[in-house]
Amino acid sequence: MDTSKNYRFSTIVTEIVMVLIGLLFLVPFYFLFVNSVKTFGDLLTNSAAWPEVFQWGNYANAWEKIKFPSALMNSLIVTVVSNLLLVLISSMAAYRMVRSDTRFNRILFGMFIAAMVIPFQSIMIPLVTVTSNLGLIDSLGGLIICYLGFGAPMSVFLFHGFVKSVPVEIEEAARVDGSSAYGVFFRIVFPLMKPMYVTVIILNTLWIWNDYLLPSLILQSSNLRTIPIATFALFGQYTKQWDLALPALVLGIMPIIIFFLLMQKYIIQGITAGSVKG
Amino acid sequence: MKHRKSSQLLQQLVFVGPSIVFFILIIVVPFLLGMVYSFTDWNGVSANIHWVGFDNFKQIFSNDPKFVSAFWFTVRFTLVGVILTNVIGFFLAYFLTKPLKTRNFLRTIFFMPNVIGGLLLGFIWQFIFVKGFSAVGDVTGWSFFNLPWLGDEPTAFWGIVIVFVWQTAGYLMVIYISSLTNVSPDLLEAAEIDGASRWQVLRSIIFPLIMPGVTICLFLAISWSFKMFDLNLSLTKGGPFGSTESVALNIYNEAFVNNRYGIGTAKALVFFVIVAIITMIQVRVTKSKEVEA
Repeated sequence: MDTSKNYRFSTIVTEIVMVLIGLLFLVPFYFLFVNSVKTFGDLLTNSAAWPEVFQWGNYANAWEKIKFPSALMNSLIVTVVSNLLLVLISSMAAYRMVRSDTRFNRILFGMFIAAMVIPFQSIMIPLVTVTSNLGLIDSLGGLIICYLGFGAPMSVFLFHGFVKSVPVEIEEAARVDGSSAYGVFFRIVFPLMKPMYVTVIILNTLWIWNDYLLPSLILQSSNLRTIPIATFALFGQYTKQWDLALPALVLGIMPIIIFFLLMQKYIIQGITAGSVKG
Repeated sequence: MKHRKSSQLLQQLVFVGPSIVFFILIIVVPFLLGMVYSFTDWNGVSANIHWVGFDNFKQIFSNDPKFVSAFWFTVRFTLVGVILTNVIGFFLAYFLTKPLKTRNFLRTIFFMPNVIGGLLLGFIWQFIFVKGFSAVGDVTGWSFFNLPWLGDEPTAFWGIVIVFVWQTAGYLMVIYISSLTNVSPDLLEAAEIDGASRWQVLRSIIFPLIMPGVTICLFLAISWSFKMFDLNLSLTKGGPFGSTESVALNIYNEAFVNNRYGIGTAKALVFFVIVAIITMIQVRVTKSKEVEA
């Protein structure tokens, strides 16, 4: 058995080893930031070194080339609107499926679950035809509608598990007091679901914000580009021009890194909760 | 009674209607249409579509070396990626559930790569492989870093593996941490008193108790690596010489670069069946190993 002195020593060793691994994990970020403020020549010859002069102009250049404000705005609109609508429609559907346990609703729920296995690449080709026939191509609204379809199965699934844990007695009490079905949902059940919609919003945000493939198929106009699309377009146009590409990448990852650092606690909780249900 | 029925119908429509509409429009219809397309020679543009029966499938299995090699790349990548991400994710979790002072800080760092999308990560790492690694190689003199990382077939494979592991190990770590903190300390203490070695505790107590977490982590790692697309596109574009082309990228190229929608959807259908079978088998096998605490 470990003595307490031994124990303390092994903890310190573990601590040191883990910190070293942590630093190793950060090395890519070091390379990214340091080289994003170097001149092109400096960046090619001294990639590992600290910059001699800080070329902040690289950022101004990249900001303009990827039309950062517009890309950020488009990404925000798509992510926020998709999230709000997804939370609303999925929680409503899940609530009804649990409380009205008909054959139809059971089959429907089964279909939602089954659909989670379908890889996106398996339906993307016909999806392009369907969306263009419906006039959803090349608009942020069309893209959001796609996210509602793709996000619904997992979101409904997560809410479904949660609604089951809400005691039906509370609702019955409200019904006796004369509340309608809609009133019960919006005034009682929806506020109770807060932990679950935090989870759903976080899981959907990480995925929607970072998605490249779907927007690349739906959006064509350059003023509708989201951050991943704008970044991809930049790389196609300016291959190997790293003094432009690296600051663009830093700008591109900044919003989601800030979101992560601010929401850390909820993100970790959300992922844990989501994985237990999933 | 009639009033009650119609109010139930209205509630069904209001509550479930929107989700069903989007679900059918965006998933069900394209999925069914894909099945139809996969038996045709459609090129995505022409109104002239011919029914070709099973020709696309025969073509895929007997006369498409690029698909076969993409498939083997994906299988190899999945095997290596799933094992490494889970082993590393588990050990990070194992040590970060010990009472370290830097524990929360380290958890943040290991998870961080995960919030950045695969496309941007791929571009970041492209720079690191091309410039960063050689800079490290010059400083340390280790030839390992001076390999032509993305330009050579075996190293390009491992390059993608490195980035994938860096990105996803932290996510699995979060799930393993929550599984590990659910293991009752009493049990571990009892085992220690009985004289069990650290390895015995890990094998006979911790592993069986965290099997639900293992089921989830394996499922996630398998589906992520099997469906890998963004990383693949931004890191190597499938090169050199198509050696790192994943199935997902192969399907994309077939449809949107070669304009062969018919054969692309046939591949997509094969892909779906394979993903469904693999994940179903995995979940069934690991679920059977779960125990009640």
